[in-house]
Amino acid sequence: MSRQSLSIALSGSGGSGVMTTGSMLLEAAGKAGWYGIMTRSAGPQIRGGEAAALIRVSDQPLESHDDSFDLVLAIDPASLGRFMGEIPLREDSVIICDMAGGRRDASLPETLAREIDLPMKKMAKAVKGGRPNMIALGVLARVIGLPEGSIGGILEKVLRAKGADALEASQACVKEGYAAGAELPAFSGPPITDVPDGERWSITGNEAAGLGAVRGGVRFVAAYPITPATEVLEWLAGSLPKLGGVLVQAEDELASINQIIGASFGGKPSLTATSGPGLALMTESIGLAVCSEVPVVVLDVMRCGPSTGIATKNEQSDLNIALNGLHGDAPHLVLAPTSLSDCIFTTQWAVHLAEAMQTAAIVLSDQSLGQTRAIVDKPADIAFIAKRNVPEVVGETYRRYAIGDSPVSPMTIPGQPGGQYTADGLEHTEAGAPSSLYDDHLAQLDKRSNKITNFNFGEHWADIDGTGDTMVITWGSACGPVREALSRLRAQGTEVRMLAIRLLAPERPEDMRAALEGVKRVLLVEQSHSKQFYRYLRAAYDLPAEVKLFHRPGPLAFKPGEIIEQLSDWCGSEKL
Amino acid sequence: MNDTSACSRLGPKEYKSGVKPVWCPGCGDFTVLGSLTKALSGLNIAPENAAVISGIGCSSRMPTYLSTYGFHGVHGRALALATGLKVARPDLTVIATGGDGDGFSIGGNHFLHTCRRNPDMTYIVMDNQVYGMTKGQASPTTEPNWEKGKLTPSGTGINPFQPLVIALASGANFIARCSSSDQNGTAKVIMEAIRHPGFSLVQVLSPCVTFRPEQREWKKLVQPAPVEATSDPAQAARRLLTDEGLYTGVLFKGHRPPYQPTLESTIDQVTELDEEFQL
Repeated sequence: MSRQSLSIALSGSGGSGVMTTGSMLLEAAGKAGWYGIMTRSAGPQIRGGEAAALIRVSDQPLESHDDSFDLVLAIDPASLGRFMGEIPLREDSVIICDMAGGRRDASLPETLAREIDLPMKKMAKAVKGGRPNMIALGVLARVIGLPEGSIGGILEKVLRAKGADALEASQACVKEGYAAGAELPAFSGPPITDVPDGERWSITGNEAAGLGAVRGGVRFVAAYPITPATEVLEWLAGSLPKLGGVLVQAEDELASINQIIGASFGGKPSLTATSGPGLALMTESIGLAVCSEVPVVVLDVMRCGPSTGIATKNEQSDLNIALNGLHGDAPHLVLAPTSLSDCIFTTQWAVHLAEAMQTAAIVLSDQSLGQTRAIVDKPADIAFIAKRNVPEVVGETYRRYAIGDSPVSPMTIPGQPGGQYTADGLEHTEAGAPSSLYDDHLAQLDKRSNKITNFNFGEHWADIDGTGDTMVITWGSACGPVREALSRLRAQGTEVRMLAIRLLAPERPEDMRAALEGVKRVLLVEQSHSKQFYRYLRAAYDLPAEVKLFHRPGPLAFKPGEIIEQLSDWCGSEKL
Repeated sequence: MNDTSACSRLGPKEYKSGVKPVWCPGCGDFTVLGSLTKALSGLNIAPENAAVISGIGCSSRMPTYLSTYGFHGVHGRALALATGLKVARPDLTVIATGGDGDGFSIGGNHFLHTCRRNPDMTYIVMDNQVYGMTKGQASPTTEPNWEKGKLTPSGTGINPFQPLVIALASGANFIARCSSSDQNGTAKVIMEAIRHPGFSLVQVLSPCVTFRPEQREWKKLVQPAPVEATSDPAQAARRLLTDEGLYTGVLFKGHRPPYQPTLESTIDQVTELDEEFQL
C-alpha cells in the first residue's frame, strides 16, 4: 500500500512560537487519525535565534522525514535561510511567507518553490493580543485539510494556563488563519479517520526511554543535565516519585554512575541517562559495575562528537566507546533501540537483562530518536521486568561471587542477615576478598564473560524483515529511513531484506549466520564518519563477499530516497 | 530499626571479617578499624544493616575487614556511591571511609556536594597527608615544604586543603577531629557522628609510619579542643581556621535537616503513567 504523506516546515525567529505551533498541529493531526512526526531544528541560542519545526503527517506510521518538503511556512523570511539544507524543496512545493509590505524580501532564500505572500503579522495585529504563530496554525490546518474543530480542544489544553484573554486571542487568530487558508492552494492530506481514544500516543523517544525504564522496574535515577538526554531526566523526575522512586540531580556524571551503583547495590534497579561527554566520564565506573557485578543501565542519547561536538544534533558515533571504552576485559551489554517507539522496549529489556545478568547495560539512543515527537500506535506492554537472583535464605558459607552451576551467582541485598559481603572493583575470590592470583582472576573473568555469552537472548537481538538476496544492515535512528526505503521498493515489487541490530554486545554469531542465510550482498548504513558500525560488523561477524557502505557523519539525516539510490546498482532501475 | 535486642549484642570483634589487612605494622588505620567496630558494637547495629563504602587507597581497604555489607569502589567516588545507597535505602546505616587523597583530591567535588546535600551518613577520613598505596606522594593535606614526596622533591609549594573548614562552608552537619592514638575516644566520636542526623565528617589523624614516620609524634601533639562543640557556623569557622589542626573532639554540630526524598508511591500501577501520552 503506498503511503500518503505531507511534509511541512514551519520556521520563525526565536520566540515566535513555531515549536508550540508545530506541536499543536501535530496533536491536531493525531486527533484526526493521522500518524506524524515532528523534529526540532534550532541554533545553539538558549533563547532567540531561529527555529524550525519539521513535521510530516501520513495515513501510515512514520519513522523518517521524506526526501523533500511540500509546504513551508515562514513567519518571517529571514528565519528560513539557515534551515534550507534540511528542507529540500521541489518545483511544486509552496512557501507561505509574510513579505511584510508585499515586496519579495531579499533575505528569503531562492528556491524552486512557489512563493505566496500572506500578511500574518498584520492579520495578528487586527486581533487584540493576537500572535502570528496562531494565524499560521489556522492557515496550516486549513491548507492540509484538518477540520477546524480539531484545533479547538488543543488550544484550550495548551493555553488554559495563560488565561482567558490569551486563549480568546489565539482562538480568534486560528479562526482568521483558517479562513485565510481557504484562499491558498490546498494539499490533499490523508483521509480523516476516527481512532478510539487511547489507541494512538503522542510521545518522544526520550519520554519513551523513560517509560521503558520504569516499566522495567527502575526506581532510582541519578543524572547530570546534558543535551540531548535532559528530557529523559525531566520525564523521570516527574514520574519516579509517583512510583515511590527518586531522581537525584548529581554534581557530575562521575557521581551519577556511582550513585546508581550504590542504589542498585542496595537492591533498587537503577539507571542514568547522559550523552557522549557524560558517557566518557562514566566509563571507569561502568567497569566497576561489571567487576563488582552490580546491575546498572546507562542510557546514552548520542549527539555529534568528539568533545562537545554539536550538542543538539544527531550522530551514531558513540558505538566505539560503548563497545570498547571500558578498560580491562569488561564484558557488558550494549543495546540500541530500532525506532522511536522501540525506545520503550529496548530500555525496558536492557533493565531486565542487566538485572538478570548482574552487569552493566549501555543503551545507545540518539538525538534523532530522542527528540523527535511522534504520533504512534499504542505501544505494546511487554512483560520484561527486573528480576534479580536474590537468595531467599543464606547459608553459613555464602559466597557472593561463587562459581556454581550458573555463572550468575545469587546476590544478597544489604539488610539480609548472613549475606554480608564486600562488593569490589578489585579482582576477588569467590567470597569477595581481594585477590591478585592468576587462578582467581581467570575464574572471575570467565564467570563475568560466560554469564553474558551463555544467556538466551531469544529473537529480540535484532529486527529481521523481508526476503531476497540483498540485505540492508543498520541500527538506531538510521533504521527509520531504511525501513521506509524498503517499503517503497516493496510497493514497486523489489524485495530487500533488513536487519536492524538491537543487541550490539555481546555478539550473536549464530543468530547472524542464520539471518544472513541466502544473502549475497549487504548494504550497511550508519551515521558515523569513521565507519564505526562497519568496523564493528567486520570484526564481529562473517559478512557476504559483496559489502557496500553508506555512511556519513551527522547531523544530516538519511532520506529514504538516498537509501534507494544506494541500492540501485544491485536492484537495477528496471526493477525499481 | 537497626537495633537488635540487647541480649544479642555483638562484641567489636564480631564486626571484623577476619581478612588480614594489607596495612603496614604500626599504621594508624588498624586503630581506626578498632574504633569503628567498637562504635558499631556500641550502637548495637546489626552487621547486615550497616554498609561501609570506600574508594581506593590504604584506608579505603576498610570494608573488606568488616563483617558488615561493604563496597570497595573506584578512586574518589565513595561518597557518590554511598549517597546513592542511602537515598535508595534510608533504613541502612551508611558509613563512608577513605583517605585524604581519595576524599579531597580526586573525590573533592563529591566531598563538596555531599556536604551540601547532607545525606544522613558518616564519613570517616583517615588523614595521613600522603599517598601511601602509591608509595609516598604529597596529598592535598600535605604541608607545602614537605620535600620527601617523590613527585614534588622541592615540596608542593601550595597550601594544604583544610577539609574541616571546607566541610563547614559546604554545609556538613557534624564535624569532628580524632586521633588514631585514642581508639576509645575515636569510637565515641564515631558513635556520636552516626547518631547525628545529616552528613557527619570525622577526620582521624592516622599516621603513615612508612612514608611519614614523623607523624608518630602526633599522639603527643594532639589535645582535646578546649571548648564544647558549637552549632554556630561562624564560631566554628573561627575556631577551625585558627586551631592548627590538632584539636580533637566534636567541633561543630548543625541542625540542618538531612537530604532524604520520600519513597512513597502515589499510584499503584506503572500503566497509570500511560495516560499522559494518550491522544
